[in-house]
Amino acid sequence: MPQITYREAIRHALAEELTRDPNVVVMGEEVAQFNGAYKVTDGLLATFGPTRIVDTPISEAGFIGLGVGASMLGIRPVMELMFWSFYSVAFDQILNNAANVRYMSGGQINCPIVIRGPANGGTSVGATHSHTPENVLANHPGVKVVVPATAYDAKGLLKSAIRDNDPVFFLENTILYGDKGEVPEAEYVIPLGKADVKRVGTDLTIVTYGRCVIHSLKAAEVLAKDHGISVEVVDLRTIRPLDFDTVLASVKKTNRVLIVEEQKPFASVGTQLAYMIQREAFDDLDGPIHRLATIDAPAIYSPPVETEQLPNPGRVIKAVLAAMA
Amino acid sequence: MSKKPSAIADTKAESAVKATDYALAPINAALSSTQRIELYRTMIRIRRFEERSLRAYQGKNPSGGTNIGGFLHLYIGQEAVAVGCCSLMGKNDHVITAYRDHGHAIAVGMDTKPLMAELYGKITGCSKGKGGSMHYFAPDKNFWGGHGIVGGQVPLGTGLAYALKYQGKKGAAMAFMGDGAVNQGAVHEAYNLASLWNLPVVFVIENNGYSMGTSQARSSAGQLAKRAEGYDMAWGQCDGHDVYEVRALMDKHLTLAREQSRPSTVEIDTYRYRGHSVADPDNTYRTKAEIEEYRNKKDPIQVSLHKLLAEGVLTEASADKIDAEARAEAESAADFADASPYPTPDDIQKDVYWESDHPAERKSEGRLFFD
Repeated sequence: MPQITYREAIRHALAEELTRDPNVVVMGEEVAQFNGAYKVTDGLLATFGPTRIVDTPISEAGFIGLGVGASMLGIRPVMELMFWSFYSVAFDQILNNAANVRYMSGGQINCPIVIRGPANGGTSVGATHSHTPENVLANHPGVKVVVPATAYDAKGLLKSAIRDNDPVFFLENTILYGDKGEVPEAEYVIPLGKADVKRVGTDLTIVTYGRCVIHSLKAAEVLAKDHGISVEVVDLRTIRPLDFDTVLASVKKTNRVLIVEEQKPFASVGTQLAYMIQREAFDDLDGPIHRLATIDAPAIYSPPVETEQLPNPGRVIKAVLAAMA
Repeated sequence: MSKKPSAIADTKAESAVKATDYALAPINAALSSTQRIELYRTMIRIRRFEERSLRAYQGKNPSGGTNIGGFLHLYIGQEAVAVGCCSLMGKNDHVITAYRDHGHAIAVGMDTKPLMAELYGKITGCSKGKGGSMHYFAPDKNFWGGHGIVGGQVPLGTGLAYALKYQGKKGAAMAFMGDGAVNQGAVHEAYNLASLWNLPVVFVIENNGYSMGTSQARSSAGQLAKRAEGYDMAWGQCDGHDVYEVRALMDKHLTLAREQSRPSTVEIDTYRYRGHSVADPDNTYRTKAEIEEYRNKKDPIQVSLHKLLAEGVLTEASADKIDAEARAEAESAADFADASPYPTPDDIQKDVYWESDHPAERKSEGRLFFD
């Protein structure tokens, strides 16, 4: 099976869906002539032309709103945010209009838009460019939120997102763009809302998603080798809809849980997971639910310190040992 | 107006000539008597619908509760704007507006029964009681809302125009906004995109002089429509109390959109007699005398009635009959709303996701809802 990067996997998903459905349009800042700020859309302009691959001005409220309006008439816009951090200037369009228009119209209007782009810290770009808004987005009924960790997942999930009739917010990661993984040449899709057990274990369940899956897998190797602890890693892949059955099955097997997330701790995705786990698996737990998150402050610039502010394999190992104690 | 191209460059001067009879403009001269009466009838249907809704708002339902909750932003006084603009719609023309949306909804042809029921929060409402006064929608009539956040609908309207162009349809989007909206950033972003990409949209500023309780003089620098010049767009301005004048100006702008795929902005001067919303006190920012001045001299329905009587299209008796029918229709809408059931708690989580409403076709897995 060919090894391709996470970036290429997303590009292939875009190209395949652009080919499959003439209503798909890719739009965003620098996506066309510049070939993408992160080269995700490299070459798409040459292949599909300027009607399908559209450069926008730096005007997120304007072009995201335009995409929402166009989607109501049957266009399937795939909008790139150069950083998900910029969602703040398009918040009204994303969370009043895209999220609510179906409900407020009594189900008469669909909004099949995809908004995608990176949402992560760890690149020394400071607090304004390091937001991870998956909890904020998923707080809004009507939207779907996807955070892929691997090339394989990114491609299959993005294809599903583009075909979905509801608004889907797809959160990538600049640090993962260059990571390679096996991706089949044959077409496939991964349904939204299906978690993936990335590593089977027996002693403790790590529930995680996005780049923290990679950290958790690295930590699990060390924990097995150096500490004899068998960790199961459950990758949610999609935050909403949420595959809680897979989480529950793992927790019932291992009886211990650590949630690992690149989120500020207060009212995070992990907060919701912890509530659900205690509510539905209280009697299966051998100890309290543990959670490892970003250290609670705006993203620090200082490069070596930012690494420590975020979850990383070393912090995951410590957190697992604490949970097992 | 030295800068801007377009067929519309002369409209400001034209509108300044009060002697002009817009009934003679080609788009109006072509109207049959029946069509002229329909314009009048639609305006008076809006007026009577809203007056009836106001009575319902102020009254109690049989169990002593409120008939209508929240806000009720009445369009009374502005009817010629929505009716004039929407009367020009062809099958590929689309409309979107803000929260003062009852007039547009009736003007595009929505039935007043589900409109009143929506105000009452009933399941028979046009949005099943889920949207309320500010959120009317009728995609089957090319009406895309009904939006609550000032200016937030303007990028959406630009997106409707984008879709028309992408799909190769010869039509136009009309994106309505109030005079307060022109100071919102989203409006300016939409202006820029529309002009940059040659999108067939007409931005319609309904200038009733007040953004809520703040007068234009206290909120906006310069002439509102003229801001279009900064985006290389044509613009026009007219008096919105005469439905013929509204049509004469809008026809030019819609033609520019449909024929040349160029956006433009129009500013239509109008006036609302009621508060920003019904619940707002009306005496802090304007005088009763000012309201009476408009009501007595520029009321769009009276202006239209006088013209139709003068044209011999209507008689006093036939006008009275139209009014009586409009009142009866409003009463019947209120009866319908009153008799309709509320949504049930089971309805709360319907219409949230396309997928949860179409379980047989659902592709995703996992929990969509949480408790």
